[in-house]
Amino acid sequence: MRDDVPDEEIIEALSEIGRKVLMQMMEGENPYIEMKVRTLSNVYFDEKERIIKLGDMKQRRYFLNAGQAKKFMQTLLVAERIKWLLERNRSLSKRQLFYTLKHTIPGTKENTFDEQNESDEILEDLEVTIDVLVERFNIIADSKGVMAGPLVVEDKGDTIDLTKMGSAGYAVPGIVEPDVVKFKECSADYVLVVEKAAVWNLLNEDRYWQKENCILITGKGQPSRAERRMVHRLHKELGLPVYVFTDMDPWGYYIYSVYKQGSINLAHFSMKCGVPEAKFIGFCTSDVNEFNMPSDAFIKMKDIDFKRIKELKNYEWFKNREWQKELDSLRKFGYKIEQDALVMKGLEFTAKEYLPTKIENNMFLP
Amino acid sequence: MSADPNNYASDMSRLQMEISVAEFFEKNRHLLGFENPTKAMLTCVREAVDNSLDACEEAKILPEVYVEIKGVNGSEDHYLIVVEDNGPGIVKSEVPYVFGKLLFGSKFHRLKQSRGQQGIGISGAVLYAQLTTGKPTRVYSRVGDGKVYVFDVMIDTQKNEPRILNYMELDSEGHGVRIEMEIKGRYVRGRQSVLEYLRAVSLMNPFAQIVFVEPNGNELVFERKIEELPPEAKEIKPHPHGIEFGMFLRMLKDTKAKTLVNFFVNEFSRVGKDTAMEICALAEISPDRTPQRITREEAERIWDVVQKMKFYAPPTNCLSPVGSEAIEKSLKAEFNPEFVAAVSRKPSVYRGNPFLVEVGIAYGGDLDPEGPVTIYRFANKMPLLYQQPACVITRAIADVDWKRYGLSQPSGSLPYGPLAIAVHFASVWVPYTSEGKEAIAAYPEIMKEIKLTLQEVGRKLSTYLSAKKREKMRQRRISIFMRYSPEVVAAIHKLTCVDEKTVEEAITNLLRTKGLHNKEETEAVVEDVVQEAEEVEDIIEGVEDKDVDSGQESKGLKEKRIEDINEGVKFQSNPPADVTENDSTIESREGKNENKGNDEDASTPSTLKKWMVIE
Repeated sequence: MRDDVPDEEIIEALSEIGRKVLMQMMEGENPYIEMKVRTLSNVYFDEKERIIKLGDMKQRRYFLNAGQAKKFMQTLLVAERIKWLLERNRSLSKRQLFYTLKHTIPGTKENTFDEQNESDEILEDLEVTIDVLVERFNIIADSKGVMAGPLVVEDKGDTIDLTKMGSAGYAVPGIVEPDVVKFKECSADYVLVVEKAAVWNLLNEDRYWQKENCILITGKGQPSRAERRMVHRLHKELGLPVYVFTDMDPWGYYIYSVYKQGSINLAHFSMKCGVPEAKFIGFCTSDVNEFNMPSDAFIKMKDIDFKRIKELKNYEWFKNREWQKELDSLRKFGYKIEQDALVMKGLEFTAKEYLPTKIENNMFLP
Repeated sequence: MSADPNNYASDMSRLQMEISVAEFFEKNRHLLGFENPTKAMLTCVREAVDNSLDACEEAKILPEVYVEIKGVNGSEDHYLIVVEDNGPGIVKSEVPYVFGKLLFGSKFHRLKQSRGQQGIGISGAVLYAQLTTGKPTRVYSRVGDGKVYVFDVMIDTQKNEPRILNYMELDSEGHGVRIEMEIKGRYVRGRQSVLEYLRAVSLMNPFAQIVFVEPNGNELVFERKIEELPPEAKEIKPHPHGIEFGMFLRMLKDTKAKTLVNFFVNEFSRVGKDTAMEICALAEISPDRTPQRITREEAERIWDVVQKMKFYAPPTNCLSPVGSEAIEKSLKAEFNPEFVAAVSRKPSVYRGNPFLVEVGIAYGGDLDPEGPVTIYRFANKMPLLYQQPACVITRAIADVDWKRYGLSQPSGSLPYGPLAIAVHFASVWVPYTSEGKEAIAAYPEIMKEIKLTLQEVGRKLSTYLSAKKREKMRQRRISIFMRYSPEVVAAIHKLTCVDEKTVEEAITNLLRTKGLHNKEETEAVVEDVVQEAEEVEDIIEGVEDKDVDSGQESKGLKEKRIEDINEGVKFQSNPPADVTENDSTIESREGKNENKGNDEDASTPSTLKKWMVIE
């Protein structure tokens, strides 16, 4: 993925898609747009860099194919709209982009786009095809994460001290590229990523980030690209180690892996957002006895949880001794535990006992 | 048998026999189809029309049948039923017995496909008229001797003998029978009405011209659709496996043969002298015995031997199929369908009785696309209107898997769709489930044959429907490309800055060279497409390259995707134009128009013109 491409080059690449299609039409060929396949079948785990990467498998989206015609048309519409945005130097959110694209096709009762996910998907297709981040299309990704800690940033010219963000924290902006968010000062020792907003609130109330001198961030569940990109930058640019704290269940473990190695959906983006050196704090099966969790905290796992464990075990990036062992013992244990449940041991247990013990004693999973 | 209509009637007279049951049936008239006024009216018409068509066909006359129902003045529920034909007529001496004596049939003791078979029919109607209105039935018969014989007939129910109240002889040319009977009845429209009955008769007797005048004076003409009678049904002797023991005993009594061996050779089909001798030897009875002197015990021994022996299948020239071509023509004229198919199977045998099955189907056109298919059941060319669920035909239709042929079908029941299925069962003896002749019994051989025939037409339907589906798909494809083209043009224009007109030309040329540009066709199917947007969604889903973050996607899906991509390439070089398959539709429509044109100027057939001089 290229970083320093000028807007003109992106516009040129978009125009090229249109020109190619027009040429094919004029030559009487079934016109197509070629793009990389973005599914598990074209995703591989790079052992050396330890992140998920997108392969080279390509597919053609044809116009004269009843099943592809609509997507073909949609692709051209999105490409045209991005060019329009870049030329005017304006930004839109994904949702706003969807609304500028959505209209009834004249003479029919059909819409060009019915759901936002249709245009979102095509954005990601184009991102991969043109090989720049979607942010470079002047599209603001949705973000939901918050953070706090000993860090001063400059956000669109405003200087913000992340130790003075009150109870709600600093909202991670939709675009966290260096031209929008600059790191000014940082004295933190590490980054703590927590899965859930409720746990982030608990720790923020305890001013955990102050006591432990760290940056406390949450992506509120499955993180969107902005939070991942932020964690990546904190690690890459400020050299901070990253620790991740999630629920003890396959879904939590997968969220950890997304911060660490990237996701299948955005495999092309892993280079820009993965933190292969990230470490997993917990909650994990060995913690159950170590911290003497009461059995009232256990939630029985369902079929879907067991199925997910099985899937995780087959992902290349979970194929190391420690994680295979962890997944096996989770399956045998048969219960999951939410990170919120730690309050059963006391309101300050998470901040004062659990996290410091795990970090000081290096009790991590890789 | 003579084919000359003028001698025919006298030939018939030798076959008449008498059975005395009039009183029994007076008390059990429901067995004959007279249980309510609506059904009684239909039964009276049916019995008369049965006889008319049988007589015409045997005498090789293209039938012209005139049916009229009139209200009787001063009475709400009395109707006069008139049925008139151009058949050979009935000889003067036989008229009282044909109409005035129950079970006096020429058809009961012979084996040959005919509409009536028990000899109860028309005299039952006479009896019903007499019981409900007290009036005799008036019969006009002309046998071609320049006279018309007029009878007022009633039945003496105690003796089962005819009573003639009036008799006249007048001059008149031509031949045919006219019946006038006054009955208590009810005239209705609807599925089990006289009108629908005659419509169905016309369907399986396309060689007949039928005119019907309703009580309100409305005249309907069911045109003759083919000018040729079906092959003549030859009379055959019973097959040894085709008779009951009781019948066997009677045959022993009635035979003119002097010896047992001759009895077998003369009275049965497929029994030669050697076989007859073998039967006698196995039963340990002398072949020279007089048949009338065989005791009941001996007869049983012979019967057992016969049941265990193998014989050739009975001859099948006793059957008279309508033929697939005639059925197709008939269906086309009736339903204006987009597709018809008919199959006339080779004869087969159940319990020694030859039979054959014919099935015709009509799809689309005037037929109701909602609900279950319409079934027309026929036994020896005559429609069965009652007891549909009990009939082997209905059961066979429900038993066939129509989903394989492109129709929807709730499991275990009739298929759904704009389809009419006409099933004709033809046999020397139709195994009705009751005396009312309403449903055919489910002998396994019959069931099997009907199902095989249905499956044969089903395959034809499936070929048609899948061609239609392909054509629809093609049109849908076209409409998809046509719809998206303006959007694509606008986007390319903005992306490339090439002027819109050039882009539009490029895309139009492309669609044209691929055979995908057809404005009229597209507009015609636009509505269709909107309605079936869900289906289109399905197609799209099949090829959609959506991402699956959960990682559940298998390698198989990838292969599928590549196939889909290939499909796209194949499609490019090979536009799926199956227009030729549709030619049959156009043909069938034209055929219908020809037939329709005649409705206007149709009138009462010439031979039925007022030759009645009486009254």
